[in-house]
Amino acid sequence: MATFLGINLFGLFGQLLVGLINGSFYALLSLGLAIIFGLLKIINFAQGAMYMLGAFAAWMALNYFGIDYWLALVLVPLAVGAMGILMERVLIRPIAKEDHLYSLLLTFGVALMLQGVFTHVFGSSGMAYAIPEALQGGIKLPFMYLPAYRAWIVVASIVVCGATWWMIEKTRLGAYLRAGTENAQLMQAFGINVPLMVTLTFGFGVALAGFAGVMAAPVYSVSPDMGSNLLIIVFAIVVIGGMGSIGGAILTGLGMGIVEGLTKYFYPEASSTVIFLVMVIVLLLKPAGLFGKEA
Amino acid sequence: MGIAEESSMKTTRFTPSKLNLVLLLLALVAPFVLYPVFLMKVLCFALFACAFNLLLGFAGLLSFGHAVFLGTGGYVTGYLMINTGITPELGILAGTLAAGLVGALYGKLAVRREGIYFAMVTLALAQLAFFFYLQAPFTGGEDGLQGVPRGHLFGFIDLANNLQMYFFVLAIFLFGFWLIQRTVHSPFGQVLKAIRENEPRAISLGYNVNDYKWVAFIISAGLAGLAGSTKTLVFQLASLTDVHWHMSGEVVLMTLVGGMGTLFGPLVGAAAIVTIQNYLSGGELGNYIHIIMGAIFVVCVLAFRNGIVGQFRKVLKQNF
Repeated sequence: MATFLGINLFGLFGQLLVGLINGSFYALLSLGLAIIFGLLKIINFAQGAMYMLGAFAAWMALNYFGIDYWLALVLVPLAVGAMGILMERVLIRPIAKEDHLYSLLLTFGVALMLQGVFTHVFGSSGMAYAIPEALQGGIKLPFMYLPAYRAWIVVASIVVCGATWWMIEKTRLGAYLRAGTENAQLMQAFGINVPLMVTLTFGFGVALAGFAGVMAAPVYSVSPDMGSNLLIIVFAIVVIGGMGSIGGAILTGLGMGIVEGLTKYFYPEASSTVIFLVMVIVLLLKPAGLFGKEA
Repeated sequence: MGIAEESSMKTTRFTPSKLNLVLLLLALVAPFVLYPVFLMKVLCFALFACAFNLLLGFAGLLSFGHAVFLGTGGYVTGYLMINTGITPELGILAGTLAAGLVGALYGKLAVRREGIYFAMVTLALAQLAFFFYLQAPFTGGEDGLQGVPRGHLFGFIDLANNLQMYFFVLAIFLFGFWLIQRTVHSPFGQVLKAIRENEPRAISLGYNVNDYKWVAFIISAGLAGLAGSTKTLVFQLASLTDVHWHMSGEVVLMTLVGGMGTLFGPLVGAAAIVTIQNYLSGGELGNYIHIIMGAIFVVCVLAFRNGIVGQFRKVLKQNF
């Protein structure tokens, strides 16, 4: 029963689930990057560090203040988002008119500093965060065992991504955002407070990374370099998908997670590189990215 | 629009020969005053940063994966020196060519995207190479290649002697520096600058800009490989540190601190950063090294975008 065409279904579905979970994090992070890029035209190199910050904030909230997972899931993204707002106002705003490569370097510096601070305080070995009580255990399906927390990750991140997509594509606020992406100056002429919108957009994009960090705390060990390794993969995913569309960023993130999961099952040696290889192929065949507009 | 509009044609051609001569004299005397291994480290990183700056400063392309070329040069040279017993100049040549080859491959892919995407593509490609070197059987994995013999230059000059090694490294650096200077001031270099300043215009003038960028990328990668090969001989070690993204960030920082788009900037920047790192790693502040490097990044971008050499030149221009 557990094999089909010589394939071990238990193993296959297991790896697919792992892929889907990784894909959830890819989607959340690349969604944040895409939202920020749309309005600010910059790439936030500190997005990975913000994700790491989210995980550490959840860990510290639990161990220092007794704030449980569910409350952290609300509070931490707010706190990380506030960090993002501060960063945008204090650091990024002053160089907004310079070449956008400078903001990349600036956020890279911020990422180094954050990672350095947490390495200094907590060491690089990583810490455990317990799965919340309500989500312990799992469900036995005919073809696999599904741990409840892992199912929760996939569902929650799809809901958050979907809600973000809906907000941007279907609401008035989202219409402002899309208009700002097209022509911020004209928006301002119509009486929209663009600088405020830029700040809030940056804060929201960063908060998504913080949210992903809280979600990740119980499944990955909470360590200072958890963000940087993830971010480089997310960069490749952003190149694959192109940052032109919000839906594209979400789909590419999830899709690449699944591709990675499948590779882990069929050819594990390539699992850490497969996404980069996909990027190479996309660059050769469709340089603008799967969802990108032709330049 | 370009990231380093400071250096117009006139100012880059302004390379006072007196300054060159003084610097050369300093370089010749230095090993008798300062620790030669430290100086060699500075020269290797200076060459690395100069190679990187050829792309960023003169073609406006920010590569966030230059560590790959440094590391490739290092691994190839290290492997050959350990296993075949060839002379060091051939080992370095092989490392340089290998890095140039990887550069040709990666460059071809990377120039298909521009600006921020170019940076992300190069970073991702570099990570691909990092995982390759992590798993490949000939790199020694986490341990790296240790105890690489320096060998005898041309078969008869013993490079185990630090002073002789120093002058060899100095010669390599001067060759690389000269090549970059020639490239920047050649018609090819002028086209690169035109692309940096206004790419659509360069295209409309009939230049195949992607080919120009590609060739610049190959030269830059090859020279970065030369720096890596030399560094491996100096420290007798090739390791994953050299291909890690931290290293790619470090070379950006060196160039930024020294002054992008200036010929001497990367040299000054490399000297400054290597000195700071040496100073920090010896003392109690060693644990703060990444925090401090990050802070330097932030401060430079916010308040010191011209870098040391760029700022110096600006002050010189305003007052004299």
